[in-house]
Amino acid sequence: MITTTNLTKKYNANQVLNIESLEIPKGQSFGLVGNNGAGKTTYFSLLLDLIQPTTGSIKNNNIQVNLSEDWKPFTASFIDESFLIGYLTAEEYFYFIGELRGQNKADVDALVATFEDFFHGEILGQKKYLRDLSKGNQKKAGIVAALIGNPEVIILDEPFANLDPTTQIKLKQIVKDLAQEQGVTVLISSHDLMHITDVCERIVVLEKGEVVKDIVTSQATLKELEAHFAGTEII
Amino acid sequence: MIKRFLDLEWKQFTRSASFGKSVALKIVMAFFALYFVAMFLIVGIAMYPLLKKVFPESDPFVMFNGFIFFWILGDLVIRFFFQKLPVMSVKPLLTLPIKRSKVVNFVLGKSALSFFNFLPLFAIVPFGITLILKDYNVSVVLVWMLTIVLITLINNFLNFIIESLSAKTELSFLPIILFAGSLFALNHFKIINIAEALSVGIQAVSNNPLLLIVPILVLVGLYFYNFKILREKLFLDSSLKTKAEAVNASSFEWTKKFGDIAPFMQLDLKLLWRNKRPKSAVWMVFFGLLYGLFFYPNPMYQDKEFLFAFVGIFVTGIFLINFGQFIPAWDSGYYKMLMSQNIKYKQYLKSKYTLMTLSVIILFVLSIPYVYFGWKILLAHFAAAVYNIGVNTYVILLGGSFNRKKIDLSQRAAFNFQGTGAVQWIIGLPLMLLPMGIFAIFNFAFNFEIGILVLILLGVIGIIFHQKIMKFITNRYLASKYKMIDAFDQDN
Repeated sequence: MITTTNLTKKYNANQVLNIESLEIPKGQSFGLVGNNGAGKTTYFSLLLDLIQPTTGSIKNNNIQVNLSEDWKPFTASFIDESFLIGYLTAEEYFYFIGELRGQNKADVDALVATFEDFFHGEILGQKKYLRDLSKGNQKKAGIVAALIGNPEVIILDEPFANLDPTTQIKLKQIVKDLAQEQGVTVLISSHDLMHITDVCERIVVLEKGEVVKDIVTSQATLKELEAHFAGTEII
Repeated sequence: MIKRFLDLEWKQFTRSASFGKSVALKIVMAFFALYFVAMFLIVGIAMYPLLKKVFPESDPFVMFNGFIFFWILGDLVIRFFFQKLPVMSVKPLLTLPIKRSKVVNFVLGKSALSFFNFLPLFAIVPFGITLILKDYNVSVVLVWMLTIVLITLINNFLNFIIESLSAKTELSFLPIILFAGSLFALNHFKIINIAEALSVGIQAVSNNPLLLIVPILVLVGLYFYNFKILREKLFLDSSLKTKAEAVNASSFEWTKKFGDIAPFMQLDLKLLWRNKRPKSAVWMVFFGLLYGLFFYPNPMYQDKEFLFAFVGIFVTGIFLINFGQFIPAWDSGYYKMLMSQNIKYKQYLKSKYTLMTLSVIILFVLSIPYVYFGWKILLAHFAAAVYNIGVNTYVILLGGSFNRKKIDLSQRAAFNFQGTGAVQWIIGLPLMLLPMGIFAIFNFAFNFEIGILVLILLGVIGIIFHQKIMKFITNRYLASKYKMIDAFDQDN
């Protein structure tokens, strides 16, 4: 589904990302971990054509993202709060995104209704603008908005940060369902090793912009990752 | 500590993404500043001989003092629209071991160094020197000059109080207009002769330096009041945090008529109604509509036909200029999202174009009553409206593709009461002066009708080539996409 070839991103002489080749098949739940500055957000920004690659390219369903905009209809994302429109209510925001993705109000209502549990009664019908919601609630709204319009690829940057424990558990279930039952390709980055090993079938570790580990998740994965980041690698 | 603050400000200026643009604008502003300095110098030098010549009977010194009241009023109004309390990002400083009072004192102290406070000196010093040369008492003149400086500073701090009080109201410019207007009216209709009283007061202070204590006390009082207002705002839960507003739910269903651009139009309309800053652009429209009343009733302008075109562009295009020049910065807060969404730039820009065009048409219809002052005016307004639709909308959209400055809709910078400054007016000038120039040339070379025809023709050409021009503009936006995303991601 997503093919990355010889991708590098440099700011002046400073190389922040260098991925020779990375292939993410359709329907995979894909996790990206790494310390600050490892290049996770840079990779997602390149994938969304928000910044330009220095060399190489990313193809999303065989469409090169920086040449054509045809990947946009089936790709959805939530990177940070700047993806929200602060002066809309949550419902209005969902409808707006829905219209951009060719969904009418009824479609959006039907989808959003399935997340009532996830929202915990703090998003819908609040008569509040998004800018006045707490960070965690903003994030919930943003994540659900990314699910509108049956996208085939969903990109979530740090979805677990700022969420309360109950919501984190619910979100994990949502992400698992997306990949396993609906065949959606889900890309997630996180600092929380436990969550990401719970959710993702495959985990890639970035370090200084390079892929240093590419693991198919198993029972041993969490231990392996913890050892890697603690600097006490088991050989 | 002051040095640190200054250092922070300098870095904020030089490291911001819109640095290049700021520098260019600063240069334009510098020219304006030089112009005003020159004007004031001329006034200062020429005032004495002029007054002597026109009113040989009276003492020029006394005459000049009689004008000071009007100068204060004018100064206050101009300051209100152009002078902003220097902004500083205070939030990061709150948790550091810096006394709040220090931050406030710095901001207020810096405002005293504003250009507006130095400008009067250019008139007062030459006038004072002339007075001394004409054998006025040196100490009287010196005390007088000091008094004027104090009055300037009083104006400076009074302005910020007015701004902070009026920032809470919807029509932020109304209080100052009412304040200055009623003072002027009181004086004009001789209810209270403020100008005379002020003149006598300044006279008295000049002759008796001990009385200087009065303006000094007023100044100190104003300073502390400002200090109090600002200090209260320096808490996270007062001004730095935005208050939750009641939701205003209107869905603008009628925009559906516009087809695929409807979602964007709804978004734009909500943007206009729900955010303080764009809302003021809407209110300005009513102000702009009345602009013609400054000119048309005055017989002096009856035969100056080039003014009709200028007023026409202004009246029908005020929303276009106010709103248009911040495209796409209005959407800067969520620009990344828009760019990763399933949208076409074309629709996005088309929505803005439609909104501006609608505003021009509505404003033209509202300006029809000006026909009372003559058919020519209606005709000129019509030509100006067509020109606005056919030329100015594109120019302003194109200008937007060079826009690199983020607008923070949700939270205004801590001390920034209005968010718009002199810069806004400078950008608007070519949009109004160019059509006026074109009209004036053809009006002068041929006649009124040809001038009107040329403006309409230019507008119609623009409308005919709508698709082509929009395509060109869209490509400009696409070309600067990454730069805009990057710039809008920064806070300053």
